[in-house]
Amino acid sequence: MHSYHALLYLGAFLFCTGLMIVIVKRNAIMVLLGIELMLNASNLNLVAFNQQHGPSHDGQAFALFVIIVAVCEAAVGLAIILRVYRYFQTSVPDEISELKG
Amino acid sequence: MNVVSLLFYAFMSTAAFGALAILFSRDVFKSAIYLLITLISVAALYALTYAEFLAVAQILIYAGGIAVLIIFGVMLTTRINGRPLSVQNKHLFSGAIVAVGLFILIIQYLPDAPVSGKNLTPDGISPFAMTVFSRYTLPFELAGILLLVALVGAAVITSHLKPKT
Repeated sequence: MHSYHALLYLGAFLFCTGLMIVIVKRNAIMVLLGIELMLNASNLNLVAFNQQHGPSHDGQAFALFVIIVAVCEAAVGLAIILRVYRYFQTSVPDEISELKG
Repeated sequence: MNVVSLLFYAFMSTAAFGALAILFSRDVFKSAIYLLITLISVAALYALTYAEFLAVAQILIYAGGIAVLIIFGVMLTTRINGRPLSVQNKHLFSGAIVAVGLFILIIQYLPDAPVSGKNLTPDGISPFAMTVFSRYTLPFELAGILLLVALVGAAVITSHLKPKT
């Protein structure tokens, strides 16, 4: 199997595993881990396609921006999780069902 | 099979192993460590596909930033009553159906043969720097502003923590 093809398969696998983690786990931090995994899978696809379609580096630049936005998302998401945990004393997303602060 | 492709498949299998271990683990802290394994393996794959700058950025930002942040979050949210939290699973069957179905759907539509385009050559990272700082200068600066705003916002959200009485 060509390495480019193998990378696409790995990307699909990581994305589906991340999706299943997001659906299955009952903990907000585990859901965040699943989202990070899905973002990594998309980055892997961008890098694989860029390797195949040279000589421009547009795919890698796009992957760099995805990484930066993922950092912002993780920081704000963890801050919200910490705040919600201190307030509701739980980190199970299903038990947090009221918006009133 | 030469050494490079051997390394390639080894890092691919460690990345897949880390992802599966997150799925089957019930301990949040161990899951964060498994995520670290996956991220470092993906960084190695970037380095093997001529994306050296992305490999370094992945290790610096993800492994150095996000993983440490998540481990801090885990320690702050699960150890308050003294024992590690065991994560419950729910919707196991429907989640498996959705994930496997999506995987089958994706691999149906993968391009069969590698496109006979111009492959990227291992010409170092200076063309990448030229791309980022010529064509993508404005998005790069905007990304810096976004990062600053997000970090200040995270600091504001987590300050003034007070428990519900």
